[in-house]
Amino acid sequence: MTKTIIPFGPQHPVLPEPVHLQLTLQDEVITEAIPAFGYVHRGLEKLAEIRDFQQMIYVVERICGICSMIHAMCYCQGLEEMMGIDVPPRARFLRVIWSELHRIHSHLLWMGLFADSFGFESLFMQCWKIREKILDIDEATTGNRVVISVNVIGGVRKDLNAEQIHWILSELKDVEKETLRLETTIMTDYTVKKRTVGKGVLTRQQAYELGLVGPVLRASGIAQDSRMLGYAAFNEIDFAPVVETDGDCYARCKVRFREIFQSIDLIRQAIAKMPDGELAVKVKGRPEGEVVSRVEQPRGEVFYYIKANGKKNLERVRVRTPTFANVPALLAMLPGMWLSDVPVIVLSIDPCISCTER
Amino acid sequence: MFEKILTKARMLSPWVLHFDCGSCNGCDIEVLACLTPVYDLERFGIINTGNPMHADIFLVTGTVNHRNKQVLRNLYDQIPEPKVVVALGACGLTGGVFREAYNVVGGVDKVIPVDVYVPGCPAKPEAIIDGVVLGLEKFRQKASAMHS
Repeated sequence: MTKTIIPFGPQHPVLPEPVHLQLTLQDEVITEAIPAFGYVHRGLEKLAEIRDFQQMIYVVERICGICSMIHAMCYCQGLEEMMGIDVPPRARFLRVIWSELHRIHSHLLWMGLFADSFGFESLFMQCWKIREKILDIDEATTGNRVVISVNVIGGVRKDLNAEQIHWILSELKDVEKETLRLETTIMTDYTVKKRTVGKGVLTRQQAYELGLVGPVLRASGIAQDSRMLGYAAFNEIDFAPVVETDGDCYARCKVRFREIFQSIDLIRQAIAKMPDGELAVKVKGRPEGEVVSRVEQPRGEVFYYIKANGKKNLERVRVRTPTFANVPALLAMLPGMWLSDVPVIVLSIDPCISCTER
Repeated sequence: MFEKILTKARMLSPWVLHFDCGSCNGCDIEVLACLTPVYDLERFGIINTGNPMHADIFLVTGTVNHRNKQVLRNLYDQIPEPKVVVALGACGLTGGVFREAYNVVGGVDKVIPVDVYVPGCPAKPEAIIDGVVLGLEKFRQKASAMHS
């Protein structure tokens, strides 16, 4: 049988983002996958030369719309460390609350798209229906549904009052109840299992050697999560990473599914322990020096390197996003799989192309 | 006569093609949110299709860059006439916050003609639905101009 070359993307119904994969097939089995990137590259790191360090928060939030708050949090934490600013405790807890809300909405979004990748459209609709509740919380507390812009250097801009907290807790109860109802479908359904169990297996050793991050790594049995560093207020909250050992697409689905409940629990803990007080401290002077900042995004660890020389504009901002670390896993998993499994495997790493290419 | 029926039928069931042309995903997830139970575009007969040859309305999000402008052009050329282009979000309109970045050409209208502009960063689902409905009016005008 001769080889066939099939292009996957840049415009593909399953993946909303433009990424191009050139798949070489022998019959129906993939022998080689070559990715081509650059369709979303805008050159945001270079914008640091035009925008000053305060305005850059606005830019880094738009690296990725899905985890915008966490990008901004990572950037602000880096600069706070560089400038020696102590963030007020209430602001740190508020950051935990909003970042975990972002994680829930991102995981529900992913689960919907994942269900869509094997044609389970009603599960897609259910996941996105639950997700709207989280977006309502974002809109009610910050004024925008997706890009919430709450972080400033030195703290946060918005506060939660007692009434809002009460409402958030009751909404979260609904989210938890409705997500639990999906559990039977995801954990026991024949269709879901048939399309995901045993597909794209990565062993513990492979996952370690490829340098993966986030749920893809944790699904292969390695308990690594940047939240264990205790940034923001995670050092004052009980936290243990969610781990699965099978390393296939199903295990990745289970990790993300369990992380939704974990995030709900983290928000409850943060709300219970949140002290009263200031929201932000005033920033004086200009940053100087270099710093590395790491936080956990829904897709894995994001890494910021910031270098400043005492001027208004930063000298260098370098971002390494989780999808960039997880793309090698994709290329390791695809050979030997069927063409019909490509959407499932591509989505199992939760690719965020606009993060990767910036 | 046949054309009139065809135009009416197309108006009642316009199919949408969505292309992420270098956006931050904010607008894209809002486009998808339009299709889900809370907003439910499908009750108007609007279906999100993956094939440009089936599409009537072209939803474009994000800035155009030097690599994807050819892809955008190709998709636009593949959609059969009459067609309506809806540009979404601040980036799709002018380049938005990214307009000064080195790899950004600018708004969608630098490459293909745009009929409806929907502002917002990201554009809300209500605004997107409104934009698509405004686009339908343009669609009717274009279709009747084509047949007369």
